[in-house]
Amino acid sequence: MSKLAMSGFVRAQLIEERSPPSGTTGVMSWLKKNLFSSRQDAVLTVLGIALVLILVIQIAPWFLHGVWDAESLKECRSIIAAAFVDHVNGACFAVIKARWHQFLFGLYPAEEYWRPVLAFVLLFPALAPVLFTQLPRKWLAFSAFYPFAAVWLLWGGALSAIVTRFALLCMISLAFRAIRRFCGAGAAVLIVCMGFVLGEWLAANSLAKLMSSVVDYSITPVSSDRFGGFMLSVIIGVSAILGSLPIGILLALGRMSSLPVIKTLCVLFIEFIRGVPLIALLFTASLLLQYFMPPGTNFDLILRVCILVTLFSAAYIAEIIRGALAAISRGQKEAAQALGLKYWPTQWLIVLPQALKISIPGIVSSFIDLFKDTTLVAFVGLLDPLVGVTAIVRSDFKWKGIYWEPYIFVGAIFFVSCFCMARYADWLERKLKTDAR
Amino acid sequence: MIPQANAGRPLGLTSIANDTRYRAYLIQLVALSGFVAFVLWLGHNAAVNLAAKGRTFDFGFLWQRAGYDIGQTLIPFTNDDSHFRALLVGLLNTVVLAFASCVLATILGVLIGVLRLSKNWLISRLMAIYIELFRNVPLLLWIVLIFVIFIESSPQPSAYKVTDEMIAAGAAPAARMGFFNTTALTTRGVNLPAVIFKNPLPDISIGATTFNPTWLFLSFAALMVALAARAIFRKAARVRDATGKRSSAPWLVAPIIVGYGVLIVWALGASLDVPALKGFNFVGGWSIPHSFSAMLLALSLYTAAFIAEIVRGGIQSVSHGQTEAAGALGLRPGRVMQLVVLPQALRVIIPPLISQYLNITKNTSLGIAASYTDLRGTLGGVTLMQTGKELECMLLMMTIYLSVSLLTAIAINIYNASIAFRER
Repeated sequence: MSKLAMSGFVRAQLIEERSPPSGTTGVMSWLKKNLFSSRQDAVLTVLGIALVLILVIQIAPWFLHGVWDAESLKECRSIIAAAFVDHVNGACFAVIKARWHQFLFGLYPAEEYWRPVLAFVLLFPALAPVLFTQLPRKWLAFSAFYPFAAVWLLWGGALSAIVTRFALLCMISLAFRAIRRFCGAGAAVLIVCMGFVLGEWLAANSLAKLMSSVVDYSITPVSSDRFGGFMLSVIIGVSAILGSLPIGILLALGRMSSLPVIKTLCVLFIEFIRGVPLIALLFTASLLLQYFMPPGTNFDLILRVCILVTLFSAAYIAEIIRGALAAISRGQKEAAQALGLKYWPTQWLIVLPQALKISIPGIVSSFIDLFKDTTLVAFVGLLDPLVGVTAIVRSDFKWKGIYWEPYIFVGAIFFVSCFCMARYADWLERKLKTDAR
Repeated sequence: MIPQANAGRPLGLTSIANDTRYRAYLIQLVALSGFVAFVLWLGHNAAVNLAAKGRTFDFGFLWQRAGYDIGQTLIPFTNDDSHFRALLVGLLNTVVLAFASCVLATILGVLIGVLRLSKNWLISRLMAIYIELFRNVPLLLWIVLIFVIFIESSPQPSAYKVTDEMIAAGAAPAARMGFFNTTALTTRGVNLPAVIFKNPLPDISIGATTFNPTWLFLSFAALMVALAARAIFRKAARVRDATGKRSSAPWLVAPIIVGYGVLIVWALGASLDVPALKGFNFVGGWSIPHSFSAMLLALSLYTAAFIAEIVRGGIQSVSHGQTEAAGALGLRPGRVMQLVVLPQALRVIIPPLISQYLNITKNTSLGIAASYTDLRGTLGGVTLMQTGKELECMLLMMTIYLSVSLLTAIAINIYNASIAFRER
């Protein structure tokens, strides 16, 4: 054995690493591999470079000649003409510097800007306990209070009115818990709904009076026609997506239900909404809703739009959740039934937590679509950032005839926010996928 | 199914709510009556509101004189025609725009989706930038932007004017017509030469609407010829595969068909109508307004980004072994994509593609931003404003959109079912 080993050559040390063959490393090989691997590839690369060059040559000077400090479009142009050769085009970004606040807040009074900003900032702690189940459940109280606080901050008025509403909500939830001990959930919901209507009808006014004697504090009311810009987009988008979640869940459950009447009603609703353009629903909000309400009812246009957009998004959310429900294995439901759980506990405790988790990426991308679609409210006379506010800016004599700059500004904000949300949804999807494996 | 535990028990008052046998009926009954009550409540409110405004609910206004002009009309329309004909013009505009956008968006989307997966670093990055740029910015912005670009970059019709002084001075007009002096680009649209017929087929009238069937007849004839040619070539290929003999029939049949085509066109008296500048605008020919081109381009570019992502997902869903196996059989990369990968990816691609087509159809209603007179522009726009029949117009418009959407969905679903995987 040892003789045999002695007789042959056994290397005791490793050979030193050699450098890879020339032509497989370095810039040239990267170029060859990734840009010029074949004849077609080379043609495509050259075409691509040409396209980029053309675009850069066309657009870059306009950006580079941009003016940030000017009082009007005329001044912009004269600055550009003085600084560069004649007939040179340049961007007039001064309009954004002068009017950025309108793109963000519409005609909202400038001294009250802190209110929408505060409402926006508070949105995140309010959403946190809903999105992250690890957080303490007590924080949900803040989430329940948030909508009231946000409405008060945005529209202003007396604090007591909002506190009254919140107090009513607390009473109702307490009443629900109390009634729930004696009868089933369905009956409890019915009783509580009737209680709410009665309470709103009988007690709200006297309660509000009582409250206003206790908390006598109010902030400047702001009327709806001063709302606009990205603030309006966020208000409509967020309230619609949050409002559409419970409706969407119910619709999805209804569509998956074994009760034919419930299933048909849900399918009809979902297919109707999905078959009609959003613009038609917005016109319904502005023109038609008054016909279907009891005579004399008149409520705010933003609220009407929010309701219709909520219904619109509910149909899409329902389809997303239906897909997620279909992805949950039947065994989960059957196991829950074997343990003796009835329909609602099965859904609430077993099926929905799993289904909602995997539908979050879909819900986020549905929110992105909704957020982009909020620009359509311009056609019912609201000040969306894209068309509404731009028209206001352009109607000013100083900025008459300005086209590209506002669009680029608004487009850039939309791009950044939607791109980030889309990335978040992608990341979430990948994370959830590995969890499921 | 849950076993019927209380099968033997008699029916009591509380058992309607608690017994699983009757509970389902109770819930459905409550839901149905709730729904009916809700609908009745809406109807009652509508009736009361209409009565209070002194209005009626009827569609008679559709047959009244419209009294407004429409920019783009595929069937003849003057302001003396009825609101119903205006509705038809709008609907046709919607359908044409939706169809053209679907075709263009699919071509662009598939191209971009395939290029996005290219091994070429630059091309794949460029396509990624395109996709992200178009997906994450509202469609409305693209429509407005492209419309403005079209209008700003095209010359006024007067720029084409050649005056006597200019001829005398030897100066050229500011703008020239392209494509052998047949095509002119102005601020209003693109003026193309059109084919007109000296002796067209007689008009056909259905109900209150009349239309000329010449183009319909020609398209139908072309379709028939295409189908016949396909059948002949297929048969020739079958014969060739079975016997090895090449049939000369296709090359004999082809001249006959072409000859018939020429004969038909000659009999109809076809000639080319070239647009010419008369007064302040171009007259004659075929004018494509910028509102259409801008809508078409914006809708296609925007939706192509979504379709590209769908195509990419579909291609990536085909297992890599398929590509390698095809390569091992000696297929070139282009043929691998065409014969092996795309047909399999198609089954993943088509369902989301359908929803993109439906999105395009619904998004044509954004024509309002480029003053494109689609269904929303005629029925839901001018007709609604003129007659004040908000309820009727909106309901009718929603019904039409709904039917178009549902019909498209049904048609494509049938097609989808015909190409679905036939599993053993």
